Amino acid sequence: MYSEKVMDHFQNPRNVGEIPDANAVGTVGNAKCGDIMKIYMKIDENKVITDIKFKTFGCGAAIATSSMATELVKGKTVEEALELTNKAVVEALDGLPPAKLHCSVLAEEAIHAAIEDYCQRNRIPFQGKKCEGCCSSCHNHE
Amino acid sequence: MIYFDNAATTAVSPAVVESMLPWFTEKFGNPSSIFYTIGAEAGKGIDEAREWIAEAIGCEKTELFFTGSGSEADNWAVKGTALKSGKKHIITSAIEHHAILHTCAFLEKQGYRVTYLPVNEKGLVSPADLEAEICEDTALVSIMLANNEIGTIQPIKELAEIAHKKGVLFHTDAVQAVGAIPVDVKELGVDMLSMSAHKFHGPKGIGALYIRKGLRPVQLIHGGGQERNMRAGTENTAYIVGMARAITDAVKNMEENSARISRLRDKLIEGVLSAVPETILNGDRENRLPGNANFSFRYIEGESLLLRLSLAGFAASSGSACASASLDPSHVLLAIGLPHEIAHGSLRISLGTENTEEEVDRFLQVLPPIVETLRQMSPLYENK
Repeated sequence: MYSEKVMDHFQNPRNVGEIPDANAVGTVGNAKCGDIMKIYMKIDENKVITDIKFKTFGCGAAIATSSMATELVKGKTVEEALELTNKAVVEALDGLPPAKLHCSVLAEEAIHAAIEDYCQRNRIPFQGKKCEGCCSSCHNHE
Repeated sequence: MIYFDNAATTAVSPAVVESMLPWFTEKFGNPSSIFYTIGAEAGKGIDEAREWIAEAIGCEKTELFFTGSGSEADNWAVKGTALKSGKKHIITSAIEHHAILHTCAFLEKQGYRVTYLPVNEKGLVSPADLEAEICEDTALVSIMLANNEIGTIQPIKELAEIAHKKGVLFHTDAVQAVGAIPVDVKELGVDMLSMSAHKFHGPKGIGALYIRKGLRPVQLIHGGGQERNMRAGTENTAYIVGMARAITDAVKNMEENSARISRLRDKLIEGVLSAVPETILNGDRENRLPGNANFSFRYIEGESLLLRLSLAGFAASSGSACASASLDPSHVLLAIGLPHEIAHGSLRISLGTENTEEEVDRFLQVLPPIVETLRQMSPLYENK
């Protein structure tokens, strides 16, 4: 059902945990729908993401996309991180089953949510996407 | 792999396979072709099989009709009765299998009214609720004997009596019960009962509907005169014979198996509840299928739990939405009152005749660290 890459990131997720002195924290999804992603970032004065951690409640794909998304933006600038698309996360994982694509959208949105928090804290205008907080925006509703 | 998913399906037993084989090859005749040996032989084989199965559930062989699955039997009982009756109301429960629920939803679209009885936190239907809902227009009550997810066994005898007191027919989906607990249609007092062979070490693709003598629901499959003109299609002799062998073995060994499996289940339940904090046992402690254990582990999601268990060598099942393609977790877990987020973290273990105490012990070693790892990863758990 899942690619080897997905299974690798599910079994050995990279960057799991919290950053106590994070200066960017974002949470997306909700427990009702079965997935929540919370991302912590440490962003330096040059707007480079020097450290990133995540915590995820969700299925195998939710955990794997969180892991991959954090890997993809680690060491990048905030502007570069905002360019990360869910498609890039899916490609980096060698694909996801169609029913699980919403997990990659959630991962993208979690990155954006953390950066939005950083922008708010530093009074910088936020140029990224906003999570609508509604699962039907990511899940394929009937 | 350690197989803990016997409610999904079971392995066909070697004795069943052996009983089936001749009917594919040297005895391949069409049971309707009675004028030469291999045809007549097939007819006799089916007749004998029907007798064995009828005996196992306490009915006459003329009251037993073969179907392609338990789902077909459910469809037939509900649609066939609704179409036959001039009445337009059906009563079922909120925790039925989709074979009943989706059939009822279909009938709703055709103008029927369906009442879905609620269940309590253990998954039990209240007889008083049933009594209150029956009206002049009620054609059928269909309530499952044992639930496939949480294993709760309903007081079918009492429920059927209530229906009959008001002159309403009663069907029960006994797919999970037959072969696991004693099932006698006369003792239960039901008018129709669905069963499926692959739940008790028979082959997939064969089921049966018991229809009490004198009843004649509308047939769903038209064509030849098989099954006393009630279900067309050349009989699947090998599978029918296999089903008969499987149910006969299940009934013969039921007392011993169910005692042993219940003991393993209780050990597993005690072990999990004591080793994993913040865990809920779903279903009823007493009125429960021998092999069923269903847990909700707070703060984690069921699919990731299944995947980790699978990597550790265990096959089980979950009521999480992610384990299916839909957005909602199991309707059964929601019906017993679990909030969505707790329903998402459910795990069903269903033990069978082949499971051993060593396997349960191994599971009790493997599970707690997996749950802890996933909880450590969960943002819902961080304040703990």
